Amino acid sequence: MANLKTAEKKTKAQSMGLHTEVLTGKTQQKFFNPDEEENFFYWGAYDVDFNKRTDLDVKDMDCKEANRRIDELMSQGYGTIVIKNPQGKHSLGVGILNKLNLIFEGSLGYFGVGSIDGPMVRVNGRVGWSCAENMMAGKVVIEKNAGSCFGAAIRGGDLICKGSVGARTGIDQKGGTIIVGGDAGAFTGFMMQRGRIIIMGDVGINLGDSMYDGTIYVGGKIGSYGSDAIESPMTKSDIDWLKRKLKVAELGENFDVSKMTKVVAGKKLWNYDALEPTEKKGAI
Amino acid sequence: MCGIAGLIHRGKSSNVGSELQLMLQALKHRGPDSTGYALYAENDGKNFIMRFKVGENVGEGSTSVNEDASVYDKRKKLVDNMLSELGAKVIKEDQLTPYSFRYEMQFNDDLMEFSKKIESIESVEILSIGKSLELIKDLGDAATVSERYGLGDVKGTHAIGHARMATESGVDIKSAHPFWGYPFSDVSVVHNGQLTNYWNNRRVLENKGMRFMSECDSELIAVYLAEKMRNGATLEEGMKDSLTGLDGVFTYFVATKDSLGMAKDTMAAKPLVLYESDDLVAMGSEEIAIRSILPQEIDTYDPFDGEVKVWQI
Repeated sequence: MANLKTAEKKTKAQSMGLHTEVLTGKTQQKFFNPDEEENFFYWGAYDVDFNKRTDLDVKDMDCKEANRRIDELMSQGYGTIVIKNPQGKHSLGVGILNKLNLIFEGSLGYFGVGSIDGPMVRVNGRVGWSCAENMMAGKVVIEKNAGSCFGAAIRGGDLICKGSVGARTGIDQKGGTIIVGGDAGAFTGFMMQRGRIIIMGDVGINLGDSMYDGTIYVGGKIGSYGSDAIESPMTKSDIDWLKRKLKVAELGENFDVSKMTKVVAGKKLWNYDALEPTEKKGAI
Repeated sequence: MCGIAGLIHRGKSSNVGSELQLMLQALKHRGPDSTGYALYAENDGKNFIMRFKVGENVGEGSTSVNEDASVYDKRKKLVDNMLSELGAKVIKEDQLTPYSFRYEMQFNDDLMEFSKKIESIESVEILSIGKSLELIKDLGDAATVSERYGLGDVKGTHAIGHARMATESGVDIKSAHPFWGYPFSDVSVVHNGQLTNYWNNRRVLENKGMRFMSECDSELIAVYLAEKMRNGATLEEGMKDSLTGLDGVFTYFVATKDSLGMAKDTMAAKPLVLYESDDLVAMGSEEIAIRSILPQEIDTYDPFDGEVKVWQI
């Protein structure tokens, strides 16, 4: 932690007499040390080596035991972990707040890799409902299909499904990018608040229903628009960004992104904020 | 929340009893109250199989009223007498528990009238009638029910089953799934979800002469489809009609003597994972059900909202 008393370059806040105390708390050091090469990491995060690789067969483990073993392996410095025989088990790989290469050789059940922040995940199989729910950062690639609520409430990172996904993809999304190589079901982007969703195939009914903000790009047919979701013109920056993003996702090398439909919030639902309580009842 | 599972072998028979048990046991966490099987077995197809009960299982967390077992014998005798009156010839009878029976019989008249007469006997319920359908349901998990009724060795072409968490009605056999598609032989239904227009539909269907044995909302699907088919609709037509005729959230399976179908509501609110190959279709509320019989890496997918599919054996 830099010593604020002796720092040569004082900030405006310091010159006003603020931040004069020396911060020595351990937690503060871990979270706010500006001298670190990678600025943020979690208290208790492990220093792992991506070249140190191991396999973990979870065939006879329940999800708690499997997740505990992943944590143990990270504590031993393993930076690349290959999970064998996941066989559709639920809640595998959840809560990883660490840099890590995590590879699943098979399919996951519900809540796979939920609440993660940082790892690079590849699933050589399918995932069930609520994959990567609440993801903060990192990259997750699903090689096959995904169930409903794919990327529910994610805040950041790239979540990619090369196959098709179920209903309510990106529900309550607050950031990050969801990319789907195939089709998506009903209520895609339901109540999304920020971030972007790219669907290369068709989407079902009620696309972007009650979305507050964010952007949805669709390459195929749209079943129907949800409440307050509207079409918006594609710009050059949209096209440039889509090209870059699909390349990162290992998808659509020859896909013509300029023909995609861009969907945003009409923001008429925002009128609720300006209404008096008695008026709200009438509006509903 | 309930768990449902189903499978159909196309062009061959398999050990569907043990396969469905594995699938349902994997879904036990979704429904610990009761388990039901509808197995389409390798019977000779000449005689009807009637599964019926004369009372409830009053143990294992049941919400049923306790009865003296002596009433079961009296009711069974009344059933036997009624069968004679109706001209049904019993070829073989098995008593599986104090309250449930399996009769193999010959009968050539109207099944609806037949069922009405049998069920006019107090506390008697026909669980199923069919030439290949063996419908078994009881309290307990899949392994418990399978062991109690000796289902491990049952061979057949297809099957559907249900692990129930009781939410809309009691913990008892009459509310357990599958439901028989009264009065059609060999029709059964399992459901995961909640139906919100149950009473409206029930009143209409009862006025048309259909019968309900429980207050479980899922029974409506079986009766609804049976009524559609009674009026000439195909199974698939009835199922497509149900997407708008039934209100609520649902994924359900229906099976007949030679087919298996699935339907998912237009909100896609209930889960379903499906594996489909040339010789086998397997599906369940969660992938672990399919993995219990197909541990190798396979391609599965979630059917979309409002989807209806029917497969033939």
